Amino acid sequence: MTTPFLSVERLSQRYPDGEGGQTTIFENASFGIERGEFVVILGHSGCGKSTIMNILAGLAEASEGVVIMDGKEVSGPSLDRGVVFQNYSLLPWLSALKNVTFAVAARYPEWSKDQVLAHSKKHLEMVGLSADVFNRKPSQLSGGMRQRVSIARAFSISPKLLLLDEPFGALDALTRGTIQDELLKVWAGTNQTVFMITHDIDEAILLADRILLMSNGPYARVAESVEITIPRPRNRIEIVEHPNYYAIRNHLVQFLGKHSKVLAGPTDASENRPLTVHIDKTMPASTPNKLAV
Amino acid sequence: MTEMSVNKRAAILSFILLFAGLLLWEAVIPGQKAVGELTEYERLTGGGAQKAGVPPPSQVLQKAWEQLSNPFYDAGPNDKGIGIQIGYSIYRVLAGYFLAAVIAIPLGFLIGMSPVAYKALNPFIQVLRPISPLAWMPLALFIIQDSEASAIFVIFICSIWPMLINTAFGVAGVRKDWVNVARTHELGALRTAFMVILPAAAPTIVTGMRISIGIAWLVIVAAEMLVGGTGIGYYVWNEWNNLDLTSVIFSILMIGVVGMALDAMFGVLQRFVVYSE
Repeated sequence: MTTPFLSVERLSQRYPDGEGGQTTIFENASFGIERGEFVVILGHSGCGKSTIMNILAGLAEASEGVVIMDGKEVSGPSLDRGVVFQNYSLLPWLSALKNVTFAVAARYPEWSKDQVLAHSKKHLEMVGLSADVFNRKPSQLSGGMRQRVSIARAFSISPKLLLLDEPFGALDALTRGTIQDELLKVWAGTNQTVFMITHDIDEAILLADRILLMSNGPYARVAESVEITIPRPRNRIEIVEHPNYYAIRNHLVQFLGKHSKVLAGPTDASENRPLTVHIDKTMPASTPNKLAV
Repeated sequence: MTEMSVNKRAAILSFILLFAGLLLWEAVIPGQKAVGELTEYERLTGGGAQKAGVPPPSQVLQKAWEQLSNPFYDAGPNDKGIGIQIGYSIYRVLAGYFLAAVIAIPLGFLIGMSPVAYKALNPFIQVLRPISPLAWMPLALFIIQDSEASAIFVIFICSIWPMLINTAFGVAGVRKDWVNVARTHELGALRTAFMVILPAAAPTIVTGMRISIGIAWLVIVAAEMLVGGTGIGYYVWNEWNNLDLTSVIFSILMIGVVGMALDAMFGVLQRFVVYSE
């Protein structure tokens, strides 16, 4: 077995429970992400999705286990891992453009001012923002526009791994749809590796190459890795007509509704790797076949 | 009738209040009778002597015109123009204030960044802060042995606390998300401080600076009454000793005007650093 681009190995997170003991959020979680892959993680609140994301970003430290990216262990935050937070995390005293230029200047310190400016503007235009909003402060932008700026900032520094922490969670459904399309468009041109958290099953199917399903916490696990066997480019209207769409969707709903609870609790396994689930109704043998990696 | 803007209506009301107030003041102060109009009895009982009454506003205005038309004359130690006196006071306030800012803002930054420093220094700050700045005066005079420097020290000690506390509070309260933005973009400690923490805490810091300058201006008047020699505080006290109430009232108004101008300067600075989330 070759080592994937990003390899998470036996990651555990425990917190003191306030009574002298410990609460284990998740234990011995192991999974990998290939270069250029778009991976979405789905699970109920409290299963530690955000904790995993913060560990990947280098903003938090795991109790046990390591994350290896591109042959190097992840320790501390880095420009190699860009993050888009749910609450946008734009600096409110800077204009939309400056929120991007400061990141570009940090990433490419050797660039001239003009280069930084041109690169930043290009990325803001890529997410569908027009020049007249470049000089507005985040407070003068709608939620959708703010998240576009945030996405532009993340793509502008071309990180090796892009982490999206429920990026559309605070947006209304219509805005969410358009920005998902923008994200797909921008992503398609870059071969960017993405790891994303979401609560939205349809969003996950639309965007992902692979969905990691987490069981409920405490002692949560990354239980399954569901391959999205729907060809790209995808489109929110046509995707629902694909024969695999509802098969995959039903599987995800079943898991989140039922199996995630059944699977909850500690296991004896020293390492919990997700089961790979491949659902493909277009092939003759259409039974879901589960394979351990 | 067309609707007037709120600002216009407020300005008109302000003028009416000012005019009515001045008129009332003028009306309640009895005029001094000329000697020729006095009866013999009044002259015998000393009715012709100048009564040290509160002067009417017309006299104060006349005084103001006189003083403001030549604010910088210098006719000896006890007779200097209002401009010179205010100049001395502003110099002392700014000197003490900037010394305080130079220490309070960096120190507040460190305290705000480090929970340990915050907890360790908090008891000292809490004890030192409520001390009336004038209570330091005897100690300052004894140690520094110079009245001028002592006045500046008193300004220093009274303006340091609001700046220190607000800076620490502002820095400690910077949203963790913004610090995370700095961390994920690999900004160094210095760049994080100047690009993220300082602008994020700036509104709170400037509020502290604004409170400080207000307190400093309050305290300088009292300090100069004690220290003497020059300054608007000394001027007020000197004119009181001269029983020149007109000058006293005029200088009280000037203290108010200068204090307002100092505050307005920081108001402008505050508008410059404020941001909305």
